[in-house]
Amino acid sequence: MKTLKYFKKQFAVKHFISYFVLIGVILVMAVLSATGALSRSAYSTLTKIGYSMILAVSLNLVVGFLGELSLGHAGFMCVGAYIGCFIFNLLEPVTGSGILTLIIAMLSGGVSAAIFGFIIGVPALRLRGDYLAICTLAFGEIVRNVFKNLPFFGGAKGLNTGLFDRTTLLFVTLVTVLVVLAIVQNLIRSKHGRAITAIRDNEIAARAMGVNVTYYKLLVFVLSAFAAGLSGVLYGKAVGIIRQDNFSYNYSIEILVMVVLGGIGSMNGSLIAATIITAVTVFLQNPPPAIRDALNLGDDTLAIVKTIAYAVILILIIMYNNAPVFAGLREKLSIKKLFAKFKKKDPGNISADEAKWDRITTKIEMDEVLRVDVKKREGELTDPDKPERGAK
Amino acid sequence: MVTVIDGLSLGAIYALIALGYTMVYGIAKMLNFAHGDIIMVGAFAIFVTFSTLGHPLIAILVAVVICTVLGVTIERLAYRPLRTASPLAVLITAIGVSYLLQGIAQLIFGAGNNPVNFLASLGVVSFSLFGSQINVSWSSILTVGLGAILMVGLTLFVKYTRTGRAMRAVSEDRGAATLQGIDANKIIMITFAIGSFLAAFASLFYLSKTPVNPTFGSMPGIKAFTAAVIGGIGSIPGAMLGGILLGMIETICLSIPAISSYTTAIEFSVLIIILMIRPIGLLGKKRRVKV
Repeated sequence: MKTLKYFKKQFAVKHFISYFVLIGVILVMAVLSATGALSRSAYSTLTKIGYSMILAVSLNLVVGFLGELSLGHAGFMCVGAYIGCFIFNLLEPVTGSGILTLIIAMLSGGVSAAIFGFIIGVPALRLRGDYLAICTLAFGEIVRNVFKNLPFFGGAKGLNTGLFDRTTLLFVTLVTVLVVLAIVQNLIRSKHGRAITAIRDNEIAARAMGVNVTYYKLLVFVLSAFAAGLSGVLYGKAVGIIRQDNFSYNYSIEILVMVVLGGIGSMNGSLIAATIITAVTVFLQNPPPAIRDALNLGDDTLAIVKTIAYAVILILIIMYNNAPVFAGLREKLSIKKLFAKFKKKDPGNISADEAKWDRITTKIEMDEVLRVDVKKREGELTDPDKPERGAK
Repeated sequence: MVTVIDGLSLGAIYALIALGYTMVYGIAKMLNFAHGDIIMVGAFAIFVTFSTLGHPLIAILVAVVICTVLGVTIERLAYRPLRTASPLAVLITAIGVSYLLQGIAQLIFGAGNNPVNFLASLGVVSFSLFGSQINVSWSSILTVGLGAILMVGLTLFVKYTRTGRAMRAVSEDRGAATLQGIDANKIIMITFAIGSFLAAFASLFYLSKTPVNPTFGSMPGIKAFTAAVIGGIGSIPGAMLGGILLGMIETICLSIPAISSYTTAIEFSVLIIILMIRPIGLLGKKRRVKV
């Protein structure tokens, strides 16, 4: 009976919902494309959503679980796209332009990006937070600058990759999303995932507990870069020509917006946000003529509005989740509370229930006792129990 | 020789911007990613005032005022509510502010280039040194000269005034400084004001090198940030050293045809190499990490 309960808990539907939805999408797409209901632009939009999902999920692994900000994700994608598509072009006369060549190209793109992930991961071991962020940003710019100047990659004109068959590419992309998601989710829910989050929460404490910080940091960087590389090859085959301008710092930020919008540390959130943002971007790039004429807008006004909207969304979400000013509002609108109301459970007990797992009630009780006449004042600097991460 | 003076002038621009980054980092412990875009706003302010009023001094004055007010406003609205949040949250907000400023500028002025060249119209100075004729533009000399004056002024300000001492105290230990009666929020606001004030001058000097557009500030911003990190972020002399070093590297690389197209890669590689050897930058202070 106990084992049954254990399995029930382990295989809760909520852990697998993203897989079910994705498989559902793949089946629906298979039916639609077999009946010829998908237009050309639908294929390209769906493929774009697919590789954006891979990017968002892999960046979320670094930002949400390792707790380090990477601003060079587009750089890894760039490495993958150039090397993978270059190898595809080399192999094409030998193995043909079939799915086998695509898979070899994807693997080689992924591996080369992973090598760069390792290279950038090594300084990452000595750097933290802000320093690491600037290091990854620098990496992205270096990669672009080098690819721009290498003649056999097409130089500033870009590398001509040739379009891949739309239908096959879409399904390869969707299956890759599934595989990447499975790898990342399983990593997070394993012993290794707990070690990674331990490093995020307190590196020194994690090291003291015997977590191999070097190994896990490198693992996360390499894995995330590998996924970005895969996505780069898919991108290259979807657009037909790779230009280094498209992998600028701005694209890294766009991926970051997906992660933040979906919720840092939430894979399902990343998937949803990647879908929404990509769909909105595609829509704004080619708005239906009727809408454009009705609003009497210039060609790029919508793109500018998109930039502003991203910025505002980014700021508002961070403010809402972090600013003490919004703590009251956050409490009121929390989903857990709404659910509690729905289940007629006393909302007051939720946090207590959650706290039960670690059974360090003595500390909590002590805090309650100590906190009785120490009210937190407005503008108080830091919680004394929680040292700032930046403070060294 | 010309390369050296050009390098110094570019270095002075980077140093002025880097000072803004480094002071804010030292005192508020955050990266102000929007700093580069404050420069862009300053450049647009100069462009608009100069093309309507035609007087360079008024244009500079307007830019200085606008930048300072903008810096303080951003701090008040976007960063102060997040004073207790994690560094990652603040960093992402700063990126958001940077995007917002760029988007608004693009909405108002469009994506095109708007040249402003009253500094370039000052002409060049010619003199002979060791028997060879040397032409140096007035704008380079002005940049180096004014940049040096501003930097010396800032150093004196931080070292000898009451506010400067309070700034150093907040940077050392915000909690202890507050206990001594220093209003940390006010000091952080002053820091943003000074950083943006310097940014206004940086935008003036950078205008002599490139026309203004909505992404005017992002490249010098990233470069200056790199300079601040190379010098050791949080350290004022470090920012000056890093800025001048980076300006020299950039100018020297650009003057050698064989490697000129790899300039960006070389600059950023220098950053990564320095960080690998000395993770706190050249003049950074090491701090013990405690659990």
